Amino acid sequence: MSAVFQVIVDAASQGSLYALAALGIGLIFGIMRLVNFAHGEFIMIGAYMLMLSAAPYAPLAILATLAAVILLALLTERIAFRPVRHANPTTLLVTSFAVSFFLQFLFVLLQGARPKGFDFLAGLAEPFEIGEVRIPKLNVVTIGITLVLLAALAFFLKRTHYGIQMRAAALNFRMARLLGVRANRIIAIAFAMSGVLAAVVSILYVAQRGELSPVMGLQLALIGFVSTVIGGMGSLVGAVVGGFLVGAVTVVLQAALPVDLRPFREAFVFAIVIVVLLARPRGLFRGRQARERV
Amino acid sequence: MPQAISLARALWPLASLAVLLLLVAIAGSFAPTVIQRVMTEAFIRLVMVVGLYLFVGNSGVLSFGQAAFMMTGAYGAAWLDIPVKTKKIFLKGLPGFLGNAEFPPWLAALCAMGFSGLLAFIVGIPLVRLSGLAAAIGTFSVLAIVYVVYSNWDALTNGTSSLIGLPIYVDLWTAYLCAVGSMIAAFWFQNSRLGLALRASREDEVAAKAIGVNVPFARLVAFVLSAMLVALGGVLQAHFLGSLNVMQFYLGITFITIAMLVVGGTGSLAGAVVGTAAISLMFELLRQLEVGFAIGSVQIQVPPGLRELGVAIIMIVILIFRPAGLMAGRELPLPGRLRPRLVTSG
Repeated sequence: MSAVFQVIVDAASQGSLYALAALGIGLIFGIMRLVNFAHGEFIMIGAYMLMLSAAPYAPLAILATLAAVILLALLTERIAFRPVRHANPTTLLVTSFAVSFFLQFLFVLLQGARPKGFDFLAGLAEPFEIGEVRIPKLNVVTIGITLVLLAALAFFLKRTHYGIQMRAAALNFRMARLLGVRANRIIAIAFAMSGVLAAVVSILYVAQRGELSPVMGLQLALIGFVSTVIGGMGSLVGAVVGGFLVGAVTVVLQAALPVDLRPFREAFVFAIVIVVLLARPRGLFRGRQARERV
Repeated sequence: MPQAISLARALWPLASLAVLLLLVAIAGSFAPTVIQRVMTEAFIRLVMVVGLYLFVGNSGVLSFGQAAFMMTGAYGAAWLDIPVKTKKIFLKGLPGFLGNAEFPPWLAALCAMGFSGLLAFIVGIPLVRLSGLAAAIGTFSVLAIVYVVYSNWDALTNGTSSLIGLPIYVDLWTAYLCAVGSMIAAFWFQNSRLGLALRASREDEVAAKAIGVNVPFARLVAFVLSAMLVALGGVLQAHFLGSLNVMQFYLGITFITIAMLVVGGTGSLAGAVVGTAAISLMFELLRQLEVGFAIGSVQIQVPPGLRELGVAIIMIVILIFRPAGLMAGRELPLPGRLRPRLVTSG
């Protein structure tokens, strides 16, 4: 019984990280149909920012990380994505692929390709013990922060002025513009928000793994990417559910697969992705604007 | 005579590129060994990019998965033509009839292409029904699966360690001939009935279906042919370096080949060739910077990573200012004599 509970908590905490990563990608996709590969590099650069500014005082480092990643997200939007905004989704995808490689190798150049060890908030590694179950505090913090962020995002989208504009833009961008939604502003806000989500992921990820490298973001971006597709491109609920689902599947496979097959875990995850794509090419939760119009 | 002219017109896009590359190869054969190796590598890349073009360019569907078939091709050939002694050390899991046999390299290459084509056929049947982003993710998933399996199946691939001892037979001329061969295949396909149907579906999938194009079938054929060509690229790469590692065929090569195709323009064979040439040239120049050079007594050297950075910047600039690529979907222009003239009434 306790083993099952342990797996559930692990799955929820892993799923939280993936859900946040997926949400950052899904948010941008909903509005401008850009699959932002570079989101992983936002996370990676956040982690480096955290390491470089961690020395004096941890809360300050968290603020610095948030600020840096938001700025980075706004800059990439302005420089790389705005000029190609009206191109087709595949061109946008290739552009973000290029931005992702640019940022990744910029940090190879600046910081070297080797992974660096970095313990952040080491106190969180200690577990709570409830009976036989040991739950690392970090897992609880991860799940808690994710729930708070999701609630805040939901409130923003449902109740605030800009949130409603953003949902309108996601539904039909051209129509929203005709009704007075400012395209540049709403896209910039979306990028800033995806920057916040990326920064949170980088902090939690570094605290979990205690290590960072220029290629660390790739894995997270791929998982976020996969989660949004499974959940349904353009649906934020879908992105979150997809993230939790991929996290859960990963953890469950890790626990359930025979030892010989464990190294092949990722292969099973991606095989499931293909199956979902074939069974429901538009994802589990279909975004309303994702259908092709003839 | 009119037939000869129309034949010349029809073959011009292919012949002009092949001759241009021949001149480059001849010039290269007089160059120092280092330059020859760089050019050989560029021709190998060209085989891969032309293979990628055959599917992506004609169908308009982006594939992030072709590197998987480079991998299956390269390892497939290695299973056949590595010396038996080496096989006993690194590839303990090979079944006996492979483990005790040593195929001639050309036969190994053909078998590897066939094997990759078969794999592409199997995974292609479901995947070609996807379009747009779903296709990009689906094909990427194939790459991820192949990568994970080959990284961990130690008995057949030596895992993440390098596999060494492959016969090295690829030189400038082998690579050139294979590049031209793959261009002939791509050119033949894009002008075939099926290729034209596929290009129609690229422009408008719904309209193509409406005039009776079997889009999934046309895509499947292109996907399989493309997989066979990129597999050839993988085989050449492996037998050029003499060693093989799973990392060679993952996101790095995916990015470089897509960048080459996008920079040149996905819409034409000339785009594939021009893009490969442009990026290879820039790669080499930046590599020189990484190696370092001296101006007077000052040694100038830049840190590694600059090449990829340069490719990424060029790619972004091209996407912003010339989204259709350098060739913008056109083949090389016909020379004056072959150009069709307006018929003016006497």
